[in-house]
Amino acid sequence: MRPEAVTAMVAEMGRVGNASSLHASGRRARRIVEESRESIAAALGAQPRDVIFTSGGTESDNLAIKGLYRARVSEDSRRLRILCAPVEHHAVLDPVEWLAKTQDAEVVWLRVDHLGRVDLESLGAELALDPESIALATVMWANNEVGTVQPIAAIAELCAAAGVPLHVDGVQAVGQLPVDAALVDSLALSGHKLGGPHGVGALVLRQGINLVPLQHGGGQERDIRSGTLDTPAIASLAAAITAAVGDRDSRGAQTLALRDDLVRRVLGSIPGVSRNGDPINSLPGIANLSFEGCEGDALLLLLDAAGIECSRGSACTAGVPQPSHVLLAMGLDPLTARGSLRFSLGYTSTQADIDCLVEVLPSIVKRARRAGSAR
Amino acid sequence: MSPAAPLRIIAALSGGVDSAVAAARAVDAGHEVVAIHLALSRSPAAERNGSRGCCTVEDSHDARRIADVLGIPFYIWDLSERFQEEVIDDFVAEYAAGRTPNPCLRCNEKIKFTAVLDRALALGFDAVCTGHYARIVDSENGRELHRAVDPGKDQSYVLAVLNEQQLASAMFPLGDTHKDEVRAEAARRGLLVADKPDSHDICFVADGDTSGWLHSRLGDAPGEIVDAVSGEPLGQHDGAFAFTVGQRRGLGLGRPAPDGARRYVIEVDTASSTVLVGPPTLLDVDLIYGDKARWSGPAITGVTAARVQVRAHGDTVPADVDVLGDGVVALLGESLRGVAAGQAMVMYDGTRVIGSATITRATRQ
Repeated sequence: MRPEAVTAMVAEMGRVGNASSLHASGRRARRIVEESRESIAAALGAQPRDVIFTSGGTESDNLAIKGLYRARVSEDSRRLRILCAPVEHHAVLDPVEWLAKTQDAEVVWLRVDHLGRVDLESLGAELALDPESIALATVMWANNEVGTVQPIAAIAELCAAAGVPLHVDGVQAVGQLPVDAALVDSLALSGHKLGGPHGVGALVLRQGINLVPLQHGGGQERDIRSGTLDTPAIASLAAAITAAVGDRDSRGAQTLALRDDLVRRVLGSIPGVSRNGDPINSLPGIANLSFEGCEGDALLLLLDAAGIECSRGSACTAGVPQPSHVLLAMGLDPLTARGSLRFSLGYTSTQADIDCLVEVLPSIVKRARRAGSAR
Repeated sequence: MSPAAPLRIIAALSGGVDSAVAAARAVDAGHEVVAIHLALSRSPAAERNGSRGCCTVEDSHDARRIADVLGIPFYIWDLSERFQEEVIDDFVAEYAAGRTPNPCLRCNEKIKFTAVLDRALALGFDAVCTGHYARIVDSENGRELHRAVDPGKDQSYVLAVLNEQQLASAMFPLGDTHKDEVRAEAARRGLLVADKPDSHDICFVADGDTSGWLHSRLGDAPGEIVDAVSGEPLGQHDGAFAFTVGQRRGLGLGRPAPDGARRYVIEVDTASSTVLVGPPTLLDVDLIYGDKARWSGPAITGVTAARVQVRAHGDTVPADVDVLGDGVVALLGESLRGVAAGQAMVMYDGTRVIGSATITRATRQ
């Protein structure tokens, strides 16, 4: 966590007060919550009343997608189609698929190109097909696995012209890229992705967009998200967002330089490596590389043993590594997808980290290739 | 404690108590240990059902929890394809041919000490550590495989199929310990699986109904149950493959034998779909042939006195064994009852495993 976020959280943890209470300590807590709401809104170009606090990105995505779908269907029962990019995070994919399985939704998978970008022409065609039948569209601001940034402004324009609400998973983007929440109808964000605490996030919901709530109870957050507010976490989230947006450009430039150095040196020193994702419009801290003839989890094991932590795609319930759905949607074959790894850099990454990785990686890849052929 | 030369070890964690304590002991010995859990099924059941099977989602969570307590890295290795080909398909093919395979032995041979071991060695590890109850002894004659000190848990029978190279990269830290001590040690170490029941039965036959499971894969192949002595047809069956030599239950014969004695399966012929049944005395054999001989150390040369075991946790009998082609022949000093083709014949010298072979034929001299 960023020091600003830790300070804000610790300060609030020493105080009592439920922000929903009328007494003095409640009023004091409420002031903290509302000031946090205001500073988050200011950092994202939104209105304070648009900010709804949640438990994190997954809840924000679920609330937006299920809530929008239900509200739209109750207004007009023909609205059963959901336009969704196949490269979305599981926090978006899974609620969309759940709606299809249990709530009569029809999923329209938007076409993406080999860099993972949503194809605007096919989006336009889907929107034009029968706009009255569409409940919502959902496209992430930037991809967590390959870093590709979506043309959100253009996507938002198309959706707005068709009168279709657009939800954007901005979990990866806020604090990394300039994010203007006013462009979209709803935007999900998460504390731990921007130097804030785990377990807190927000949904920024444009005024006039109706949601059916998932949680019912005390009526907090304009009745959209009941539940006692976690004042320390909210204060910390606001401090983290303010700090992350404040130093975004200088931090981003530094991370980008390290990332590009990593990619250039790895591609230059190891044969059979290719890069995934948009090399230009991308998150500064993500490098996704495919290593021919390797199993991603063999690389992971060897890198971990060398003190380097990186990630591969998702795993099934039993923990068996699966080829990344993002890479498959971008047209990679399953074998190449299985041999892919994501290197994530952050504000704590240093040139020494990159030098260390570039030094150990060739022998690790060699070893993983030997293990890959040991079948 | 820090050994003279710490090794890089892959510890296979099933999620059970034995492999957990084995891995803990490898960590204590100062080795660099990385834990893996084998995913052997594409569609694992969510929860364990008593002592039956393993490889559920719950087991993989238990394995991860154990690795976290031990403070070692944890990975899941997906060997479901290899397991399907090498163990399950083989299991079905063996039964279809009228033999009685031992899938645990096959899994040790082809999965744990071939697929996993090869991968571990290629990744730069020195050995694979498991919770099997057997002892590896480095003697002046080289590396030897011995029975565990706990006779009730000894698993040398299902490990005898390992050759010298495989044994050279195997580690069985529990061979010198009794099971109840292992459970006590797990509790002492704070491993929450200390009271988890032992696994029995065949892990991929979820409900324990091997006959039903085989029928679901091989369909029905009706035929006759015939009296081995008189040649008289006694009844019908719907698949000879589901019978095992020595089996007594589930024959479904309405009438008793004329002398009132119990009938046993004497022979299974899947080619003609015939099951021969008769009195238990017909099951007595003293000459056993096996193929695919494996030697845990040097191969025997010439007739060698040994003790022979033909089923897991079975008793041994004295025998003179000799090499015959790429197999062995054993002349037993006392007869054994109900020896099924497809099972392993393991030869011992005291506690030491000499080698093993797959039984092809058992008869009387």
